[in-house]
Amino acid sequence: MIRHDFTGLWVYLSASPLLGLTLTLVAYLGAWQLHRRTGGHPLVNPVLIAVLALVGVLWATGTAYETYFDGAQFVHFLLGPATVALAVPLYGQIQRLRAMAIPLGVTLLCGAATAIMVAWGTGALLGASEASLISLAPKSVTTPIAMAVAEALGGLPSLTAALVIMTGIFGAMVAQGLFRLLGTRDPAVQGFAMGLAAHGIGTARAFQISAETGAFAALAMAANGLLTALLTPWLLPWLSRWFA
Amino acid sequence: MLNAITLLLVFQLAGEVIARGLGIPLPGPVLGMALLFVALILRGGPGKNLQDTANGLLGHLSLLFVPAGAGIMLHADRLASEWQALLAALVISTLAALAVSALVLTFILRRRGSGS
Repeated sequence: MIRHDFTGLWVYLSASPLLGLTLTLVAYLGAWQLHRRTGGHPLVNPVLIAVLALVGVLWATGTAYETYFDGAQFVHFLLGPATVALAVPLYGQIQRLRAMAIPLGVTLLCGAATAIMVAWGTGALLGASEASLISLAPKSVTTPIAMAVAEALGGLPSLTAALVIMTGIFGAMVAQGLFRLLGTRDPAVQGFAMGLAAHGIGTARAFQISAETGAFAALAMAANGLLTALLTPWLLPWLSRWFA
Repeated sequence: MLNAITLLLVFQLAGEVIARGLGIPLPGPVLGMALLFVALILRGGPGKNLQDTANGLLGHLSLLFVPAGAGIMLHADRLASEWQALLAALVISTLAALAVSALVLTFILRRRGSGS
C-alpha cells in the first residue's frame, strides 16, 4: 500500500518541472557548502560537484536528461540575462580597459589561436575522429557560440557543449595554481586569461577572486567568443592539412 | 529589481533580434551585453537598481551552468571510446591558452611600463 503510494507520488513528481528545478538548486547549494568549507579551494569546484551529484541521481533513478531539463531549464534560462548583466562590472573597469586596449587585443589573438590549434593538434596526434576534432576546436568559448561554430563546420554541437563545460571546470580548477607557477599576480591579467581560456565558468571563478578579476574575465570571454567564431572556420583547413 | 530584470531582458531581446536580423554569428545575450555596455557609457554608469541586480545574478553565476553540465551524460558513449584523446586535448590546450594569455599580457604591460 505504502509502496503503491510512493510509486504514484514518484510518477507525479517526475513529470513535473518542480523536481528537476529543486534537485538542481539542492545539488548546487550542497556543492557550494562543500566549496566554502574548504575555504573556497579551486579544486573543490561547485559546478563539477553539483553536476556529478545530479548525473549520479539521474542515473540511479533512471531519469532521462530531457525529463530533468524540463525543470532545470528555468535555471538555464537565466544564463541569458546574466550574460547581459556582465556589462555592469565591465563598465566598472572602463578606465583600465581604455588604457589597455592594444595589449588586450594582442593577447586575445595569441590566446584564442593557441586554444584552437593546441586542442586540434593534441587530439589529432592521439587519433581523435574528425567530428570530435571539429567539436573540440571552439571549446574555450561560451556554449552557444561554440555550438554554433561546431555545427556550421560539421562537428557535433551537443558534444561541443559537454567539452565546453569540461574546459570551463578544468580551467577554473587549475588557473590559480598555474598563475602561482608563472608568477602572475596582476588581477587584470589573471581575469583576462581565465575568461579567454575558460569562458563563463572561468569568469564565475574569477568573480570569486575579486570584482576586478571578474570584469576582465567577462571582457575576455565576450571578445574571445567573437574572435573564435571568426577564426575557427579560417584556421580549420590549415589544421586538417598539417595534421593529416 | 523588476525594472532591472526587465532592462536585462530587453537588451537580450534586442541582441537576439539584431544578431538574427543581420546574420551576425554571435549569440543574442553576448550582443545584448555589448549593447548594454555602450548604453552604460552613454548614460554614465548603471543606477543602484541595476548594479544590485547584476551583483545578485553574477554572485552565483556558476549555478547557471549546472543544467547544461549535466548534459554530459548524453555523451557517455563517445567519451568512453575517445576519452584519452579528448581529455589530453582539453587539458593541454586549456593550460596552454591560460599560460600564453597570462605571459603575453604580462610581457606587454611590463614593456609598456618600463618604456614610459
